[in-house]
Amino acid sequence: MHEIIQYILSYLTSDKTPGAAGNMFWALVYIMLVFAGLSVAVIAMNWLERKILAHMQVRLGPMRVGPHGLLQPIADAIKLLLKEDIMPAEADGFIFWVAPFLVVLAAFTVFVVVPFGPTHAVTDMNIGILFMLGVSSLSVLGIVMAGWASNSHYPLIGALRSSAQMVSYEVAMGLAVVSAILMTSLNAEGTGTLSMIGIVQAQMAQGEWFIFKFFPLGLIAFFIFAVSMVAETNRAPFDLAEAESELTAGFHTEYSGFRWSLFFLAEYSAMIAVSSIAVTLWLGGWLRPFPNWLSGGTWDQIFNFFPGVTFLFFAALCFFNTVRMPKHPLFRVQTIGLAGFGVVLGLIGLVLLYPPVSFRIQDIFWFSAKVTGFMYLYIWYRGTFPRYRFDQLMQIGWKVLLPLGLGVLMLTASVALIQEYLIKTWHL
Amino acid sequence: MAPVATPFFFYLFAAIMVVGGIMVITRKNPVHSALALIAALLAQSSIYLMLYAPFVAGVQVILYAGGIMVLFLFVIMLVSIDRSVRERQFNSQWVAGIIAGMTLGGLFIGVYAKGKDIFPDHAMPIIESDNTQKIGTMLYGQYMFSFEIASLLLLVAIIGAVVMAKKKI
Repeated sequence: MHEIIQYILSYLTSDKTPGAAGNMFWALVYIMLVFAGLSVAVIAMNWLERKILAHMQVRLGPMRVGPHGLLQPIADAIKLLLKEDIMPAEADGFIFWVAPFLVVLAAFTVFVVVPFGPTHAVTDMNIGILFMLGVSSLSVLGIVMAGWASNSHYPLIGALRSSAQMVSYEVAMGLAVVSAILMTSLNAEGTGTLSMIGIVQAQMAQGEWFIFKFFPLGLIAFFIFAVSMVAETNRAPFDLAEAESELTAGFHTEYSGFRWSLFFLAEYSAMIAVSSIAVTLWLGGWLRPFPNWLSGGTWDQIFNFFPGVTFLFFAALCFFNTVRMPKHPLFRVQTIGLAGFGVVLGLIGLVLLYPPVSFRIQDIFWFSAKVTGFMYLYIWYRGTFPRYRFDQLMQIGWKVLLPLGLGVLMLTASVALIQEYLIKTWHL
Repeated sequence: MAPVATPFFFYLFAAIMVVGGIMVITRKNPVHSALALIAALLAQSSIYLMLYAPFVAGVQVILYAGGIMVLFLFVIMLVSIDRSVRERQFNSQWVAGIIAGMTLGGLFIGVYAKGKDIFPDHAMPIIESDNTQKIGTMLYGQYMFSFEIASLLLLVAIIGAVVMAKKKI
């Protein structure tokens, strides 16, 4: 027993990813953790999206199931699991069956390389970003398979729209990614890298996030990626593949119950995946704000408090709302539930304040915080932008983003070359 | 770290490739053929990975996911699946098939028997982490001319497609 604890503790101080250490057991543990964390994130995202959208439209959103509708996603999940699983009689059985699994597989497999921290990734591949783009582009196959196999008109149109959209926006996305990868080659050794951990380390070494590099080139590349990632994940305002007003539900019209929930899960985890690509490439991945400028023990101490304090803040919000709950006896259970939730959050916050834990959890916290920002943006887009028409969508993809991407790529390469030339000749 | 490229995985992926390849030509429904093709190509990219060529494997996945996508669309738009499922297949050319199969088989047996003399007897010392950089320097250094010619060919194909598709430019 003692040895097992020692073994686990010894791993906590490791400076390698499980993949690099070749440790099958820890790789498995990490995969489980990532899977569980993602599922929790999708559940949280489900609740947050409904709440935030509701508040943007001056509604209350879910309020009945649990305090402030906190148990609504769980109720939804139970409903979906208990629902009858219908397969249309005319559907192509095998493809209809396999499509949701392919989509989920593509959406979850990419997290193998997502660097939550220098050691907190399942593994680090030297083709990390290629792997992410490649595997996440497999999900469109699942969508088209689902649309075709349903043997019905709305799903087929939705699937065709989605495929055209993804194929077009992948080009602009690729160009933006290439211009960021080009920036990694401006290190002292002069070789770039495709590994996700390497990209963040290059930003650390160059002392600036790539979004600010060669201003405004990095910013434009980031903008291109930020637009095309919304299109890639079929989200508003580019959600033509599932436009409710035209296509009922698009490619998953014929799906119900558990299989529909797989599509839902895949959509949200794909959103988290592309956001983490954006965070890794442009926003410094797991790096805390100003790692070079505000360096030193004191600043490290201060930034170490952030994860715990965030959770304590959420706990305080819970307690504040517990006090504001109606005093009617019918609300007693909900009030107790909200207070309990606050206590759980507060305990998590206290654990995170404990120095070894906070030191270890730091990078994961900053990565998640940045990704959470993107998630909020997704909801914000959905609440504010009207849906584009399909020809407008294609026009933006091919006539705006693609030339912009090409231009940024060429300019980045030229500026990088000029900078290298200046450094080499005049030792600036 | 223990190598992942064990014979088990090689046989697994090779089996997927062979079964996928056979299914591409035997399925009556062209959509099923396209899916079998994807399975075969993904297994092929895994084999590239086992050969310590991660860049080629990644590019294979990216390109073929998009490529098969377009193939899929062509199948959906151009082929009447109801009819093609009922049609007699015209791929039952036994004589040509047997001749081609025997030639290929003979080639494989010949390589297997004479392989020791043709190929170097030890594996090249490949550093996996340099793979992408090596390909880059080769494409833009040694093979610059052929690379540019290939891109010119693609440009001509794009222009041709635009000219054919648009009646009025």
